[in-house]
Amino acid sequence: MSDIAIPGAHGADHGHGHDPNLAHHFETPAQQFDASKLGMWLFLAQEVLFFSGLFCAYVIYRNNHPDIFRIGQHFLDTYWGAFNTVVLILSSFTMAMGVWCAQKSYQRGLIFCLVLTLLGAFGFMVVKTIEYTDKFTHGKVWGANFNPHHDESHGAGAHATEAAHQEAAGGHAAQPGAAHETAKEEHAPPSGGAPHPLANADMQHESTPPPAAQTAPAGGAQAAADANKPPEPAVSTIKPAAIGPTGLNLAALAPPTPGEHGGHDDVDPYVAAKSMKDMQIFIAIYFCMTGLHGIHVIAGIIMLIWLLSGAIKGRYHSGYYTPIDLGGLYWHLVDLVWIYLFPMFYLIH
Amino acid sequence: MSTLNPSAGHVLPHDREQGHSHGGDNYLTDGRGLLSWLGTLDHKRIGIMYLTGILGFFIVGGAFAVLVRTTLLWPQKNSAFPGAIQNFPITHDMYNIFFTLHGAIMVFIVIIPGIPAALGNFVLPLMLGAKDVAFPRLNLASWYMWATGVLTALGSILAGGVDTGWTFYTPYSTESNTHVIPVVAGVFLLGFSSILTGLNFIVTIHKLRPPEMGWFKMPLMLWALYSTAVLQVLATPVLAITLCLLIVEKAIGIGIFTPAMGGDPVLFQHFFWFYSHPAVYIMILPALGVMSELLSVFSRRHIFGYSFIAFSSVAIALLSFLVWGHHMFVSGQSNLLGTIFSAITFTVAVPSAIKVFNWLATIYGGSISFKTPMIYALSFIWIFGIGGLTGLFLSTMGTDVHLHDTYFVVAHFHFVMAGTIFVFFGGLHYWWPKITGKMYNEGLGAVGALMSVIGFNITFLPQFVMGARGMPRRYYNYLPEFYPFHLISSIGAWIAGIGFLITVFCLMSSIFRGRKAPANPWGAATLEFRTTSPPPTGNFDVTPVVDDPYDFDVLRYDEATDSYEYVGRPAGAPARAH
Repeated sequence: MSDIAIPGAHGADHGHGHDPNLAHHFETPAQQFDASKLGMWLFLAQEVLFFSGLFCAYVIYRNNHPDIFRIGQHFLDTYWGAFNTVVLILSSFTMAMGVWCAQKSYQRGLIFCLVLTLLGAFGFMVVKTIEYTDKFTHGKVWGANFNPHHDESHGAGAHATEAAHQEAAGGHAAQPGAAHETAKEEHAPPSGGAPHPLANADMQHESTPPPAAQTAPAGGAQAAADANKPPEPAVSTIKPAAIGPTGLNLAALAPPTPGEHGGHDDVDPYVAAKSMKDMQIFIAIYFCMTGLHGIHVIAGIIMLIWLLSGAIKGRYHSGYYTPIDLGGLYWHLVDLVWIYLFPMFYLIH
Repeated sequence: MSTLNPSAGHVLPHDREQGHSHGGDNYLTDGRGLLSWLGTLDHKRIGIMYLTGILGFFIVGGAFAVLVRTTLLWPQKNSAFPGAIQNFPITHDMYNIFFTLHGAIMVFIVIIPGIPAALGNFVLPLMLGAKDVAFPRLNLASWYMWATGVLTALGSILAGGVDTGWTFYTPYSTESNTHVIPVVAGVFLLGFSSILTGLNFIVTIHKLRPPEMGWFKMPLMLWALYSTAVLQVLATPVLAITLCLLIVEKAIGIGIFTPAMGGDPVLFQHFFWFYSHPAVYIMILPALGVMSELLSVFSRRHIFGYSFIAFSSVAIALLSFLVWGHHMFVSGQSNLLGTIFSAITFTVAVPSAIKVFNWLATIYGGSISFKTPMIYALSFIWIFGIGGLTGLFLSTMGTDVHLHDTYFVVAHFHFVMAGTIFVFFGGLHYWWPKITGKMYNEGLGAVGALMSVIGFNITFLPQFVMGARGMPRRYYNYLPEFYPFHLISSIGAWIAGIGFLITVFCLMSSIFRGRKAPANPWGAATLEFRTTSPPPTGNFDVTPVVDDPYDFDVLRYDEATDSYEYVGRPAGAPARAH
C-alpha cells in the first residue's frame, strides 16, 4: 500500500492479482471503485451544470413573460406528464433494486430489474413521442411556424383529453370565474364555490386585455368584477420585466395588441396564444428542455442495454458491480431532472 | 522492467508487450507505427499527441495574427495614406474572418488545452509518482473529441471561415451567413474534451496520489492543475449548453436568443461569459502552476509561501465564477449588478498579487540561472504584471465605459493570454528533455524566447495608448493619427512571429540533433525528474521516495553529465526549514 508505483507488489498482497477487472494502474479494486465513483459524481455535476443553463433560461423567460408561461402550460397534457413521472420514478426504483441485486450477486434479480428499468425507459419515450406528435400535428411548435389550433378529426390519445379540457373551459365562458374553476379543476382540487384569487388573475390575461386585476392583487370577487369592466387597452397586459439581469427586453415593453380576442370572453388558450406576442418562446423552451432530457433518456437506454448484456453474461457480482452502480447513478440523475421538469412545465400555474 | 508490471491484471495490450521488453526501452520506443500512437492509452503519448496538434495550430493561429496585423498596415480607401498601400488585396470580410479564426483557434484549440491537456497530461501522473491517469481510455477519448472538434473547425476554415469574432455573440452569429454551425459544433466538442480531461485530473489527484504525499506535499503545478480541472468540469458545461442552443437557434430557428420571438440576445452573453470568464482562468491557472516550478528550480530556492500560492489558485478558481458580468458593463445590466461584478473583479487581484509577490520572494537572493525556461518565467512576471494591472482599469465601471471594445482591451487580454503562451513555452522547454529525451540548443532557445517576448511587447504596448485614445477593436480601417501605433504594432508582430518560429525550429531540430538528456538536467526535486528521460511506459523503474518537492538539498550536481542526482537527505539531518 505504501508504494503505488510498483503494482507487482499487490498481486502478492491480495492474492487476486489476476482480477481481470482491475486496471494496471490501480492498486486495489477498492481504489479503482472509489476512483470510478468519484469520476461518475463529477460527470453528474457536469450534467447538472449542462442542464442548469436551460433552467436558468427558463427562470429568466418565465420572469420576463409570466403570461406566456401561464397560458402555454395549457398546451401540455398533465396526465401524460404525470404518467411519465410515475414511470421514471418506478424505473429508478427498479434500477436501485438492480444495484442491490448486483451487490448481492443475484444474477436473475439483476437481469429482471434491468429489463424492468429498460421497459420504463422505453415507456417514457413512447409517451414522449405521443406528446411530441400532438404538438407537431397541432402547430404547437417553436419559431415562425407556431400556430396552435384544434383539430377535432385528429382525436388520438393526448388530444382527446385536451379537447375536452378546452371545451369545458369554453362552455362556461359567460361566467369567467366559474369557467376558470372548470378549466383548472384538472390541475388543482376544486375549492368549493369560492373563486381562487390567483386563478382569477390568470383569467384576466386570457380573456380580456385590461390588466386591472393583475396590477393590483385583489380577491376573487374583485377580480371577477374587474373582468366585466370595459377594456382599457392602454395598460400593458405583460408585466414589463424590462431591467432584469438579462438587460433590456424591448419586446416586454411593447404595448400589447388587444386585437383579436378583445371582443369576446373566450378563455381558449389557443385563441389567447395567437394574440400573445412571443408565445412561441414557451414551446421553444419546452422542446429544448424535454428534448435534451429525452436525449439523455436515449443515452440511458443504450447504457441499460449494454449493462443488460453484461448482466446476461454474468459479468457483475458482489466483487465487481461498478458499471451497474455508476449506471444507476446516471439513471437517477435522468429521473431527477424530469422530476424538476414536470412541475416546471405541467404544474406551475 | 518485468517487475514494473503486474504479472497480469490489466487489459492493455501494449502493456503486456512491454512486460516482455527490456531495460533500455522507453515509452517512445514501446510500440511503433501510427496505430500504436492512435490507440495508445499511455498518458505520455496522449500528451504528445495533444502537443503536436497544439503546436501545429499555434502556428496557424499565429499566422492569422500576423495577417491581421499586416492587413492593418493598409487601411483601405483612406486618402490620407500613400497611394501604393491603398490596394491591399485583403478585403474587409476577409479581415473579419482572420481575426475570428485567430481568436477561436488560439483560445479554444491552443491555449485552453495547451498546458492542462498537453503538458499536464504528460507530467501530472509523473509528478504524483503514479503510472497513469485514473481513466486512460477516457483520456484517449478526450483526445479524439479534441481532434474531431479541431477537424470540424478546420473544415469550416477551408469552406470559407466564420466572421463573428471568437465570442459568437448573438444576434450577429444567428444572422451571419458564414459557417457558424460547424465552428460552434467544433467548439462544443473541444469543450467536452476539456471537461473530461478535467474530470480525469481531479480523480487522478484524489485517488492516485501516493499515501505519503499529502495535499501540501504536492508540487504547486498539481494545485494549479486541480483548480483548473474544477473550473473545466463546472464551467464548460454552461458553454456547451449555450453553444447547443446557438446551434439549435441557427439550424431550426428556435428563437431563444431572438428578440422578435421573445428571446433575449443578452442572455447569450451572460451564458457565454459565465463559462468564458472562468475559461480565462482555465487558461492562466496552469501557467501560474508552471511558474511556481520554474522560478523555484532555476533560482535554487525553496518556493516561498507554499500554502499561500496553493490557496490562491483555489481562490482564483472560486472567484472566477462570480465576475463574468464585467464583460458586460455596457450591455444594459443594472448599476447594482455592475457594481457587484466590479467589486468582485477587484478582489481577484488579491490572490493574483499574492502569487506574484511570493514568486518574487522565491527568487530573491536565489542563485538564478538564465536558462530558456527561466527567461520565459521572468518575462511572464513582467507580462502578467501589466496584464493584471490593466485589468483593474477595465474592472472599474467608469473607465470601462470609455475603454470598452477598444485596443486597450485587446492589449490587456493579450498580456494575460499570451503570458500563458510564454509560460507554456517555458514549461515546454523545461520538460522537453523529459518528453523527448533530447536537450534543445540553449542559445537558440534563448534567442527565440527573447525575440518573441520583445516582439510581443512592441506589438501590444502601443495598443494600450491607441485604445485609450479611442481606437476601437475589430475595425479594418482607422484614422490617420493611429497609423504610427499600428505600424509599430505590426512590426512587433513580425518580430514575435519570427521569434516563435525560431523556438519551434529549436525544439524540432533538437529531436534529431540534440544531445541525449540526463534524467534531471535542471536539478528539480519533483518526482518526474527521478525517472529516466524519456520515462519507461510504466513511468518509474524504481518507486520514487516522496519528499518536499522544493527541497534542493537532496540533489547532488554531477559535473560529468551536467545533471543532478537524487541522493536523499542523510539520515538524522534536520529537514529544511522554510
